[in-house]
Amino acid sequence: MKLIQLPTAVLAGVLSAPVLAADYSVTVTNLTRGIYFTPLLVSAHPADMSLFNPGAEASPALQAMAEGGDISGLSSALSDGGAIIVENPAGGLLGPAQSTEVMINNDDAPDNTNLSIVAMMLPTNDGFVGMPAVALPMDQGTYHYNVLGYDAGTEANNEIRGSGAPGEAGFPAPGPVDTASGTNGTGINAEVEGFVHVHRNVLGDTDAAGGASDIVSTVHRWLNPVARVTITVN
Amino acid sequence: MTNRCWFAIPAVLLALAGCDGVNNPPIGPAPMNDPEPDPPATREFQVSVLNLTAGQPLSPIALILHDSSWEMFQLGAPASVAVETLAEGGDNSMLLDEADGDAGVVATTSAGGPLPPGATELLTISAEEDSVDLFSMMTMLVNTNDAITAARNISIASLDVGERIEITTLSYDAGTEANSELAGTIPGPADGGEGFNAARDDIADEVRGHSGVVTSDDGHSDSVLTQAHRWDNPVARVIITRID
Repeated sequence: MKLIQLPTAVLAGVLSAPVLAADYSVTVTNLTRGIYFTPLLVSAHPADMSLFNPGAEASPALQAMAEGGDISGLSSALSDGGAIIVENPAGGLLGPAQSTEVMINNDDAPDNTNLSIVAMMLPTNDGFVGMPAVALPMDQGTYHYNVLGYDAGTEANNEIRGSGAPGEAGFPAPGPVDTASGTNGTGINAEVEGFVHVHRNVLGDTDAAGGASDIVSTVHRWLNPVARVTITVN
Repeated sequence: MTNRCWFAIPAVLLALAGCDGVNNPPIGPAPMNDPEPDPPATREFQVSVLNLTAGQPLSPIALILHDSSWEMFQLGAPASVAVETLAEGGDNSMLLDEADGDAGVVATTSAGGPLPPGATELLTISAEEDSVDLFSMMTMLVNTNDAITAARNISIASLDVGERIEITTLSYDAGTEANSELAGTIPGPADGGEGFNAARDDIADEVRGHSGVVTSDDGHSDSVLTQAHRWDNPVARVIITRID
């Protein structure tokens, strides 16, 4: 009897000692009026990891996410680091005023103490919504975060339809982005910035069938914050 | 207070901080600092300023440590000539000279040059005091008529050695010069025009939140600015670390 009880007591002690891990629900809300978020990458990861650093050059994986919504590169890097990863919780684009919820439990991986969230903003050339490695709260409760729109600095903001492939000009226009965007823009004269920074917003124009931009100024502009993230510690 | 809170977080209290129930995430990983020994009656702070804009170099950063009797400017009130001089031409010398002569100011410092977009400036500022109440910072967005970004009256009294506060700063219009965006009126590299001019010809002689620039790409054909000079808030990330 004692032989059975002893390991049980030890196990109970181990489980009750660290209170660092918890069960979280994370809700992401698109606060913009006309911007779609590509499939979100939501991750709890170690504190020494980050998906992007303002002022620094974007990684190739960040570039692929920001220019075309491809989160596979960032996801593999997170996976290599032992992170908890949730991909595409909205099952596609997250439209204006829409929310999506993610459940994260780091009981079995308590080193994953920080939360990052990214997705491309459409229509933009290389704009993205970015929650930057925020420390997950420990105490029970509900916590709200304002999240900014960033420019990856990897593609000139010419604002015309084109490719979502890294290094290729233009923005991809799936489904509702196609419907809401203009056509036949001549392209804005813009340069690659070279570093991640707070997005200066799209310029757009009001000529749906021409003009300089295929982005519609009266529809697609935004102001920070572009998203609200709500974390509930269950 | 509301303005400061909108994008600001005390990083040391991230999970507890709340401004209208909103915790604002840090902009990104911050530089770490090794705490140093703590001799009495000295407060030293390392201040990191990151320019978050795409195309607005920031004029030499001005830092001021002070108490509540000194204030850089008030929203809705006319800017001082010193604030006007900084906001229109990026020249912080009058602001810092006047601050140095004020009984409520315990220390000032200036960066040696402008801060390009995406770049980080590291400054240190210290005071022979056993407590320092407040921190303020100001700099001009130089490709504008009179836009500034500022951190105002940030409480640093309770910072222990090794602790830090992270905030992000908003853009303000000094209200001292019309936002004409015309050639010859903007001192930054977009124009190379005039800096300070004593005339006050803005829509109101008051410091207000900035509405952004219009630019030639958005239909203001006489503007010397382009779409590349636009910005959204926040303009800068500031990390104040007490190192002594």
